[in-house]
Amino acid sequence: MGPRRTILAVLFAPLLVPWPALAQPVSTDWKQIRKPALRPFQPVQPKRVMLGNGLVIFLQEDRELPLIHATLRIRGGWREEDAAKVGLGGIYGRAWRTGGTRNRTGDHLDDFLEARAAHVETNDGLDSSTVSLDCLKENFTEVLDVFLELVREPEFRQEKIELARQQLSTIIARRNDSPQSILFRESNRLGYGAASPYGRLLEYATLNAVTRDDLLAWHKTYVHPNNMILGVVGDFDAQAMEGTLRKAFGSWPKGPAAPKAKASPTPTAAPGLYFIAKDDVNQSNIRMVHLGTTMDNPDYYAITVMNEVFGGSFAARLFTNVRSKKGLAYAVGGAVGVAYDHPGLFSVFTSTKSGTTATAIDALYEEIDNIKKVPVTGEELQRAKESLLNSHIFRIDSRAKVLFEKMTYEFYGYPLDFLERYPAGVEKVTAADVARVAQHYIDKNKLAVLVVGKQTDFDRPLSSFGPVTTIDITIPPPAHNKKAGTSR
Amino acid sequence: MNRPALLAGVLILVAGSASAQDLASFEKRVTVKTLDNGLTLVVCERPEVPVFSFYTHVDVGADREVPGITGLAHMFEHMAFKGTDVIGTTNYGAEKVALEKVERAYLSFDLERRRSPGRDETKVAEQERAWKNALAEANKYVVTNAFGEIVEREGGVGLNAFTSSQETGYFYSLPSNRLELWAYLESERFLKPVMREFYKERDVVHEERRMRTDSQPIGRLIEEFLAAAFTAHPYGQPVIGWPSDLESFSATDAMEFYRRYYVPANMVVTVVGDVRPSEVVPLVERYFGRLPAAPKPEPLRTIEPPQRAERQVILRETAQPYYIEGYHRPDSRDPDDAVYAVISNLMSEGRTSRLYRSLVRDKKIAAGASGFSGLPGNKYPHLFAFFAISTPGHTPQELGDAIGAEVERIKSEDVTDDELKMVKTRVKADLIRRLGNNNGLAFQLGQAQARYGDWRELFRSVDHIGRVTKADMRRIAQKAFVPENRTVGILESTKLAGGPPGQGGK
Repeated sequence: MGPRRTILAVLFAPLLVPWPALAQPVSTDWKQIRKPALRPFQPVQPKRVMLGNGLVIFLQEDRELPLIHATLRIRGGWREEDAAKVGLGGIYGRAWRTGGTRNRTGDHLDDFLEARAAHVETNDGLDSSTVSLDCLKENFTEVLDVFLELVREPEFRQEKIELARQQLSTIIARRNDSPQSILFRESNRLGYGAASPYGRLLEYATLNAVTRDDLLAWHKTYVHPNNMILGVVGDFDAQAMEGTLRKAFGSWPKGPAAPKAKASPTPTAAPGLYFIAKDDVNQSNIRMVHLGTTMDNPDYYAITVMNEVFGGSFAARLFTNVRSKKGLAYAVGGAVGVAYDHPGLFSVFTSTKSGTTATAIDALYEEIDNIKKVPVTGEELQRAKESLLNSHIFRIDSRAKVLFEKMTYEFYGYPLDFLERYPAGVEKVTAADVARVAQHYIDKNKLAVLVVGKQTDFDRPLSSFGPVTTIDITIPPPAHNKKAGTSR
Repeated sequence: MNRPALLAGVLILVAGSASAQDLASFEKRVTVKTLDNGLTLVVCERPEVPVFSFYTHVDVGADREVPGITGLAHMFEHMAFKGTDVIGTTNYGAEKVALEKVERAYLSFDLERRRSPGRDETKVAEQERAWKNALAEANKYVVTNAFGEIVEREGGVGLNAFTSSQETGYFYSLPSNRLELWAYLESERFLKPVMREFYKERDVVHEERRMRTDSQPIGRLIEEFLAAAFTAHPYGQPVIGWPSDLESFSATDAMEFYRRYYVPANMVVTVVGDVRPSEVVPLVERYFGRLPAAPKPEPLRTIEPPQRAERQVILRETAQPYYIEGYHRPDSRDPDDAVYAVISNLMSEGRTSRLYRSLVRDKKIAAGASGFSGLPGNKYPHLFAFFAISTPGHTPQELGDAIGAEVERIKSEDVTDDELKMVKTRVKADLIRRLGNNNGLAFQLGQAQARYGDWRELFRSVDHIGRVTKADMRRIAQKAFVPENRTVGILESTKLAGGPPGQGGK
C-alpha cells in the first residue's frame, strides 16, 4: 500500500487552500434542494409508412452521428418450431447470414462488410427473426444491397448449417456448467410446462433432425413483406429514405400470412419442491415460479407498481430484507412477469451459500406472504409511483429507443401510443389496487420451487418443506446411428 | 455493486478513433475544470433530452490491497450505497455511538478468534455475543437503503458501481432538473460515508464471491490463472477478495482505506447530458469542493518482475473445457499500446478475424476465440491474453495448438495491406458508435481523463492506431509472444456428463 497520510494532513489541508466555494450555502437536507420543473420534452416520433404489400416501415431521423441502423423483424420464432425439430430457429438465425446469398458466400459477405466496418446480421428469437444493418452513412447504399440480397435470396449453404449445428451443440454440451443457467432453464420448464414451446429444450436429437430443406421451407413460410416490420434510424433524410425503401421493397408481392403460434403455456408440473444436484458449488440457486400474465391486462399498471415495491429496486422489500438486512444473498429479485402475447412468470429468485439454503427459502416465503398480508404503506406506494414516473423519460431518451418501442407495439398489435399511456396508468394506481393484484396474481400454493445446489451442505433438508422431486438433468446423448452435429 | 465480468470488461478497453471532425465537435462541447481541492470535473453537453448521466472515477481499486484486506476496495464501493450521517439514519448521534461500540467489540472478537495458539474459546463466544448485541443496537437506527431509495424516487436509473483491479466507478442517470440534488448526493457519500450494516454487507459480498467465482468454472479458472501469472503485482489477487479476508476485515479497515485513497485529487467526475458548464461547475465547486484536499497517494511501488519460466495451471473439473494463455505486456501508456490494439482487433474482431477463421470456421474446434489486452487491467503492465471455448469433444490442447499457430503467423508473416486497412477502418467506426449515449460517453471521457490526464486521448487513440505498421506487429509479436513470458490456464473435463458428440472419437 502507499504511504499513510497523516490525520493532520487531512485535517489541515482544507485550511491551506482558498475556498471560495464555501461562500455559498450547501444544503444539509436533501429535501430542501431546489428542483426546478423539468423542461417539457416530447420525443421525436418516427414516421410510419405502410406499403401496398403490407410491409410496415418506421423511419426515424437522428443526425447526431454519421451512422445508419435498420432492423427488420419477421414473424415466426422458436415457439413455432416443430417439437421434433427444436433448434431449427437457432440454425436458421445463424446460417441465414453465414450461409450467404445466391451470388455471394457468407465468407465473402464477411470480407465485404468488415472492410467497411459494417454489419448485416440475422438473429433468431422466441417469436420472430431479425435481420439488422449497421453502417457508416457513406456505405449505406452498398450495405443495403447486401441486406436486400440476404432477405430475398439466402442460400443456406450446407457447410454453414453444419457450423451452426456445431455451435448449438456446444450450447447443449455446456448447459449444465453454470448453476444459474440450470436454474433459469429448468424453472421455466416447471413454470410453463416441459413440452410447451416456452419451456422445451434444445436437444442433440431435435437439432440433428433439422435439414436445409426445413430452413428453406421456413423462409418461404414466413419471409413475406406482410409479415415484417422494418425500422430505420440514423443520419438520413426521411423522405429520401422512404423513396429508397419503397423502391427496394415495393415490388415484392404479398405472401400468405404467418401462421400464428398455436401452442400456449401448459404447466404440468405439480406445485411443490424440486431439486437438482450440483456438487461443484458452494451456493444454492433458488427460484419459485408460477404463471404470470400479459401486458395488455388492465391490471398491468397496478402489477408494475406492486413489482416495484416487491422486488424491482434498491428500496424494494426483497432487496432490503433478504439482501441488506439478512445478508443472505447478493442477487435477489422477484416480480409478476408480463409478456406481450403470452403470460410471463411470477418469479422470485435468489442465490445463497449452501448453509443458508433453507433459511433463504423461509425468507422468500415470508416476503411472498407479506406482499399479500401486509398492505403496501402510503409511503411505499408513493415511492414506487414516483420512481416509475420520474424515470419514465429514460424509456424515450434516444430516438432509437422510441423507434424500437413503436416497432414492438406494431408487432404485437398494441396501440402505438401504449408508452404514452403509461404515466397516466401508473398515476391512477391505488393501494387497494396493489393489494388486489397481490391477492390475484400471487399464489404460494401454486409455486414450483426449484433449488440447484449441494444438498449435503444445506442447513435443513429440503424435505422439511414437503415432498421433494429430484430432476435429472443428464444431457441425452445424440443417437449413435445419426450423424453427430460436429460435421467431421 | 457489480464487478464487471473480467473478460467482458477488457474487450471494450481498446479506444477507437475519430476524425479530426469528431474531436472538433467535442472540443466545443467539453469543459474541464480542476477544483482547488484537486478534483477534476469533465462536462460534456448533449442537450437533446432533459436527462444526464455521470461517472465518478476513483483512482483506486484492488491494486492498493495487500494480503489481509483483499476485497476491501470493492467492499467500500458497496458501503458507498449505505448513506451518510443524514441519509439512512433515524438518529445519527446515537447511531454513531452504537457503531463505535460495534467496532470495538468486533476488533476484540476478531483478534481473539484468529489467535493461534492460545485462543480462548469461551472468550471468543462471549465476544461474538457482545459484538452481535452491539450490532442489534446499532441496527435500530438504520433506515435501510435510504440512499438508493432517494435516487430511484427522483427518477434515477442505472444506479450502480464497479470495482476493478485498478479503479472504482460510480454511476447513474437522472432527469436534468435534479442536477443539484445529484451534486449533493454524490459528494455527500464520499464526504460523510457511514459504515452502517458493514458486517451484513460483508456477507452479501461473500455471496457475490460464491456466485461469480466459487460456483462458476470460468470464475475458478481465471482466479487460478491470474494468481499464477502475477507473482508480485496485486493484479494476481482477486478483486472480490480471498474468503478469509472477506470474513475478517473490519469497518475500521474500510475507513482507513477510504481516507487514504478517496481524496479529491484521486477523483474525476464526468457529467454528460442536458447540462451547461455554467451551471455544473459552480454546483460541483460548491458541493464537491467540500471534500478536504489531500495529496494524491504516491504511485504503487511494486512492478511485476520479468517472467523467467512458463507457468501453467490446470483445473480438472466436470465442466466443459476452456483454454486461456496470457503474455505480459507493458501498461496502456506504453508507445506500443496501439500495436497491441491492432493485433487484438485482427485476431478477434468479427468473422474475418484470424482466430475465428482458424479455430471456429476451419478447424471447428472452438465456439469462440479472442485475443485481447487488459487482463486484468491496463493501468499497470498486464497480460495480453488468448482465450477460447471448445466445441464438444475438443480439448484445450487442441485450442492451444491452434492459437499457437496463429501467433506464429503474426510473428513470421506480415499481415496484408487489406487486413491492416480493415482494422483501422473498424477502429474508427467503432469509436463513432460509442459516442451516442450519455452514460457511455461519461464513462469513456472520464476514463481517458483519468488515465491519460486528457479526455482527448479517446479520439487521439485513432491516430496512434493509424500509424501502426506491419513491421510493428511482427516486432511486438516476436517480443511478447514467447514461451517464457507465458502463463497457460486450462480447464480440463475429467468426466463429461451426457457424452457430447465426438467425445468417443478423440
